[in-house]
Amino acid sequence: MSDVSLPVAGGKSGGKPGRDWLWMLALLIGPLLAALALGGLILLAMGVNPLSYYAFVVERSILRPSGLEATLTRMGPLLLIAASLIVAFRAGIWNLGGDGQFLLAAVMVAAMTPLMHEAGMPVWLVLVTGLLTGAVIGAAWSVLPALLKAFQGINEIITTLMMSFLGVSFANVLVKLAFLDPATTTPQTRTLPVEARLPRLFDTTVSSGLLIGLVVVVLVHLMMTRTAFGMRLRVVGANPRAAVHAGLSVPKLTIAVFAISAALAGLSGAVDILGTQGNVRADWNPAYSLTVVPLVFLARLNGFGSIAYVFLFSALTIGGESAARRLGVPSFFSLVIVALLLITLGLAEYADKRRRARARQ
Amino acid sequence: MQSPVGAAVSEPPATPGPVVALKGLTKRFPGVIANNNVSAQIFPGEVHVLLGENGAGKSTLVGMLSGLQQPDQGHIEIGGARVTVTSPRHALSLGIGTVFQHSMLVPSLSVVDNFTLGGTWWKRPDREGQAARIVETAARLGLRVDPFALVSTLSLGERQQVEILRALMRGSRCLILDEATAMLTPHEAVSLGELMRRLVAEGLAIIFITHKLNEALAYGDRISVLRLGKNAGEIGPQELRAQTDAGNTARIIALMFGAGSGSAAGEGAPRSGREPGPLVLEVAGLTAGAGRIPLQNATFSVHRGEILGLAGIDGNGQKELAEALSGQVPSAGSVRLNGREIGGMTVGGRRAAGLRYVTDDRLGEGTVGAFPVAVNFLLKEIGSTPFWQKGLEKPQAIRAQAEEHVKNFDIRTPGVQTPVGKLSGGNIQKVLLARELTGSAEAVIFAKPTYGLDVQNIRATRDRIREAAEAGKAVLLISTDLDELLELADRIAVIDRGRIRGIVDNDARARDAIGRLMSAGEEP
Repeated sequence: MSDVSLPVAGGKSGGKPGRDWLWMLALLIGPLLAALALGGLILLAMGVNPLSYYAFVVERSILRPSGLEATLTRMGPLLLIAASLIVAFRAGIWNLGGDGQFLLAAVMVAAMTPLMHEAGMPVWLVLVTGLLTGAVIGAAWSVLPALLKAFQGINEIITTLMMSFLGVSFANVLVKLAFLDPATTTPQTRTLPVEARLPRLFDTTVSSGLLIGLVVVVLVHLMMTRTAFGMRLRVVGANPRAAVHAGLSVPKLTIAVFAISAALAGLSGAVDILGTQGNVRADWNPAYSLTVVPLVFLARLNGFGSIAYVFLFSALTIGGESAARRLGVPSFFSLVIVALLLITLGLAEYADKRRRARARQ
Repeated sequence: MQSPVGAAVSEPPATPGPVVALKGLTKRFPGVIANNNVSAQIFPGEVHVLLGENGAGKSTLVGMLSGLQQPDQGHIEIGGARVTVTSPRHALSLGIGTVFQHSMLVPSLSVVDNFTLGGTWWKRPDREGQAARIVETAARLGLRVDPFALVSTLSLGERQQVEILRALMRGSRCLILDEATAMLTPHEAVSLGELMRRLVAEGLAIIFITHKLNEALAYGDRISVLRLGKNAGEIGPQELRAQTDAGNTARIIALMFGAGSGSAAGEGAPRSGREPGPLVLEVAGLTAGAGRIPLQNATFSVHRGEILGLAGIDGNGQKELAEALSGQVPSAGSVRLNGREIGGMTVGGRRAAGLRYVTDDRLGEGTVGAFPVAVNFLLKEIGSTPFWQKGLEKPQAIRAQAEEHVKNFDIRTPGVQTPVGKLSGGNIQKVLLARELTGSAEAVIFAKPTYGLDVQNIRATRDRIREAAEAGKAVLLISTDLDELLELADRIAVIDRGRIRGIVDNDARARDAIGRLMSAGEEP
């Protein structure tokens, strides 16, 4: 695995502690400001005042109560995807098939839960069954890449991506052919009524999916950093030969990682359907998984860092969607900001390494 | 394209000066002296064999000659003039062509395109003319090369011939063949030997690097032996011709294993003559085919408190034996520990039964470099109490154990949370020793335990091995350093090409007996 993902503690650098502290702060804040400034230049080139754009985004996504609620609600599925990726990447497994796992799980949950609700099952049972189904479907869609990786050593980047394309297409086929809602003319599944969805938190419109996401991402973080199981996974990820030497069963651990990671991606699909969407329209694919990949890397595969980045990204997209309607800036401009942030953080890391190397000499 | 082969010297002058001379080359890497004051002279019309084990410093020497690395001390003379070789391209312009162990040809291009690759970029390459020259030169050397064949369709031996041809046609006067036979079939190796003889007959100088004794004797005019980065000795052409092959073999083995180094007596008397304890480790018919050298039918036993040495030139099945014993590769045959069959167990099961393995690949598989020292102590016991309870990490227990190990094994580290990869080689070895020698160890395998360490750490490691045996463990000591084995072992087994050739007691006659077992293995 690349060293960028290893949050190695205890790296001592030279210089005075006060100056080191300032340098750390510059490393954290500098790239963000630089990314926003570069994004501002792009906005200027598009003929939009960057200050009014950024102010609008902040106002709509954080300052306004309804915007903040939308931002927090969107975080739920994104956090679960982040947890899915953290487990896999820390164990050195590149599960890039999260989108297929997510969408297939979403479609199955969307097809199943409205029927269960109509059949008169209690809401809590519908929800629990729905969440479990999502996790199982997600995990099932990773069985093939998992077995190929564990026993044949076949590169999982390729197999998971291929399974993802298959899964997304298969999900569409299911929506259009098998699970079509007979009551509507647009191709979509039946809709889960609002009263049967995941409960809202307190008096707000924030879905309790956020709570599920927060709990899971913290649990995953603790599992990876504080348990024996997580330590085994990290050894496999950091040095597979050392894992063999130490007597770890690399194939079994590989399969476990795939199962957990894909189940969490599937759970994310279930939470998005049960909490927010209620149904799946044909050709719907939010592609959360590939979007969250850079975020977990920005957070160095740290669970708490991921929460911060997911919040930032969620706010950017919610605000960006409003801004798209009002200022004519395409909604995917939030992705441009994330990309710029990746580049500026990479440059900051390079600068930091150069500085440490100089300090050693 | 002026070729020295064309200007062949039919009869070399009586005392030609050296084409290339190495004058006291020294090259240091962090923690290791790869070459220590190495000198050699390369004469035209001679195959000069550089013989030495893996890690003896051959590759570093080639690197400096071909311009990939710069010496820290000493210099290189070409045709009597002192030069600084700055790059492989520069080396080539000085007449030094190198054929590396791994092919440097582009497999998706044809032979002739590989030849024209280095040409001026704005000119259209003269493929026809180049092809004609290739065919002509090849024919003169008795080779058959199709210039328009794709390199990927050629065998490894043919690719090597193409590389030699390319080096010659670019004007090499001195050709370096780095482990040239390592990838070849025996038949291809023989034709390479014949080609070398034809080339030197035309007045070229060849540096042939190998760790195979029989090849050195078959094709070499002059043999220099490197040992631990130093000149161990040189055998000139007259001397080489005067002796029989068996005599030369014995001489070379003595040089490679440091018989002439003067410290042969070693500190501490040999340990043989003590009363052997009960049998601890019994290995019978152990066979493993997964590695590079298949291990065949290894049978031996180690008693309680005994050190069994395993001598042999590196890469003759030592690693395969250690991995088969530790359970890292599948194997057939019987391994018994204290009478209990452990041959069917997993790595973890064997460790729990009391078998420990101190690997020689300390950073590659022995540790996870980015993880803290404290965690690396527990790499083979993740999840065990008291360091984990119900699967949850107990940082205080882990830290306390780590601090104890650091104290007991004198590990120099800034702290137990320091990534182990930041420590020096000697301290990483101490981390491994602390991990493998504590707890319920019954039998311990040491693979090249002092390889790459400095004198002080070699001393400390050997003391640990002796202590382990005195504490009643059965020790299998795999080493390529005969002095080390003679100093530590009670009995010494000799391995060659995957087979154990014999086991001798470590007494006054041991050195000769081991030499005989090794050289007997050289004959088919």
